[in-house]
Amino acid sequence: MFDRDTWQEILATIRKHKLRTALTALGVFWGIFMLIFMLGMGEGLRNAVFRDFGSRAKNVMYVWSSPTSKPYRGFQPGRVPRLNLDDITYLDENVDGIDYIAPRTTISGSISYNENVESYNIRGELSDMITVEGYKVYKGRYIQPSDIEESRKVIVIGKRVAEVLFGKGEWDKAIGKYITANGVEFQVVGIFGPEFLKPWTQEDLEATVIPLTTMHRAFGTGGQIHYFAVSALPQYKVSDIENDVKSILQQRHSVSPQDPRGIGGFNLEKEFDKITGLFNSISVFLWIVGIGTLIAGVIGVSNIMMIVVKERTKEIGIRKALGATPGVIIRSILTESIVITLISGYLGLLAGTLLIGSIDYIMEYNEINVQMFYNPEVSLQVGIGALLILIISGTIAGFIPGMMAAKVNPVLALKDE
Amino acid sequence: MIQLRNIKKAYKTEFTSLQVLKGIDLIIEEGEFVSIMGSSGSGKSTLLNILGILDDYDEGTYTLAGELMKNLSEKQAAYYRNRFIGFVFQSFNLLNFKTAVENVALPLYYQKVNRDQRLEKAMHYLEMVGLKDWSDHHPNQLSGGQQQRVAIARAMVTEPKVLLADEPTGALDSTTSHEVMNLFQEIHQNGKTVVLVTHEQDIAEKTERIINIQDGLILNSNE
Ligand SMILES: Nc1ncnc2c1ncn2[C@@H]1O[C@H](COP(=O)(O)OP(=O)(O)OP(=O)(O)O)[C@@H](O)[C@H]1O
Ligand SMILES: [Mg+2]
Repeated sequence: MFDRDTWQEILATIRKHKLRTALTALGVFWGIFMLIFMLGMGEGLRNAVFRDFGSRAKNVMYVWSSPTSKPYRGFQPGRVPRLNLDDITYLDENVDGIDYIAPRTTISGSISYNENVESYNIRGELSDMITVEGYKVYKGRYIQPSDIEESRKVIVIGKRVAEVLFGKGEWDKAIGKYITANGVEFQVVGIFGPEFLKPWTQEDLEATVIPLTTMHRAFGTGGQIHYFAVSALPQYKVSDIENDVKSILQQRHSVSPQDPRGIGGFNLEKEFDKITGLFNSISVFLWIVGIGTLIAGVIGVSNIMMIVVKERTKEIGIRKALGATPGVIIRSILTESIVITLISGYLGLLAGTLLIGSIDYIMEYNEINVQMFYNPEVSLQVGIGALLILIISGTIAGFIPGMMAAKVNPVLALKDE
Repeated sequence: MIQLRNIKKAYKTEFTSLQVLKGIDLIIEEGEFVSIMGSSGSGKSTLLNILGILDDYDEGTYTLAGELMKNLSEKQAAYYRNRFIGFVFQSFNLLNFKTAVENVALPLYYQKVNRDQRLEKAMHYLEMVGLKDWSDHHPNQLSGGQQQRVAIARAMVTEPKVLLADEPTGALDSTTSHEVMNLFQEIHQNGKTVVLVTHEQDIAEKTERIINIQDGLILNSNE
């Protein structure tokens, strides 16, 4: 197919009609360029949104209690069920598909080191909250299972807490020091903060964390927990276990199964799926628009090939008289059409990728941080997909002109005027 | 070699039908050198195009080298054109963007002969027509006579069973016409069957037999 004669012919026509070929090629170039550019920018939007999710677990739901709204088993509405550590243990043992449960109880505290006294919240946790929230540990470590088992008096403090207590540049000196929280002495084992600094994550910088067991023992919180996060094992969806978790808690705390309140929750996975779905629809939309533009380019190529066939009627007649089969003739027109589409499309792909790449590079290099736009990119799949589309559209563009060429009647084509 | 029996051909349009060939019976033996003569519009080119499988006919039978040429598919027609027939046109019909040798080699391309062999064989036939030194010239760098010789080399390169030529000297002056006719003579002497159309008496007289065609019928065919 790609022997020297075929190339010679393609080059000959292109050379003869430089401007015309260039204009045609521009249509395809533009189509694929737009497709790649739009998909790349769309990817930037998507990446910006998913960046905010960070490394936090996505297959997660949060559960808390709130005042009931229905009377049940002799209880009046308006009662707030008190979730406790036993609920957590029970759920962990009785619900299939739970990966981990991370409860939290928060009390207000007064934290002091030497003469510095500040008020910060104290969080009592088991060891898994860091996995759920994707915290960053600046130095040291987070709460560990052994801390829980032995109810150790260890504390992990937010970075700003460390800065305030130990001095701005000296925050890392906090590790190993003893500080007092609500009158009890704790050893600092870690300094943490949120993965991304956002207005709504500031409070993580100003919090302190101790083992939940220690909290119950030292501060009289009596086994209570305020809320907990549950994550599902990879092969489960958290929505699958949502009902189990809720009905067990309703059962244990005498909340009517029909009561929408009492046991409340927020399913992050569902929200996440919604956003994923939204971006998938945006992608589909962009593909449709991009392919639409491309089709315009392909029709241009098809038109030009039509003109090429018209102009070369005589040549085609000569070839047929010399024994060219319809197959050979269709193939040569197809090849020419595919070559034009592929070369111009490839350049469009290159230009689009380059533009997206430079936007990404410039943003990264100058540390430009835009709320809704981050790390635009063109994935390999998109590139390969675009090339496939080009080959297919080049074939389609050449098909009708090719059929026309094959039908040329040599006698008519060679009539001496 | 060529056997025509009651060949009829009409050009039909929506409203009219022009009966061009009205029942041609003709036999041309292997190795013959024949010319077809007749007034303009008598159907000479139509007949030659049918012989060259460039056109089809309505009625009758055409047998070429023992094979019936009827109801051929496009692909079969292409095969026979390529293998059985060498065709020379009045206006040469060379491809301008190819060199002389590439033009001559083109029919072999459709036989899937590889490029080196194609060019080697094409060179050989260019030498036969005396244009070896012009092999890498493009047609527009050649004179009319030279172009027609390239076209003859192209027609011969596949070693066809018959060589057909439609007014091969029609676009040439009398000196070059004679050179070209000498070439046909030479080809004939090497045993090839040659059929040419002309309306010049002196050209026709160089052939062994003149077939006169008038009004779609063969008048006589004198030796
Ligand atoms: N494709 C066609 N459609 C309709 N009529 C045609 C077609 N080709 C030829 N004719 C007509 O058929 C008749 C015979 O044409 P043909 O070309 O065979 O004549 P010719 O003998 O070769 O003439 P000339 O000496 O002028 O070349 C002419 O009247 C011509 O007008
Ligand atoms: Mg004629």
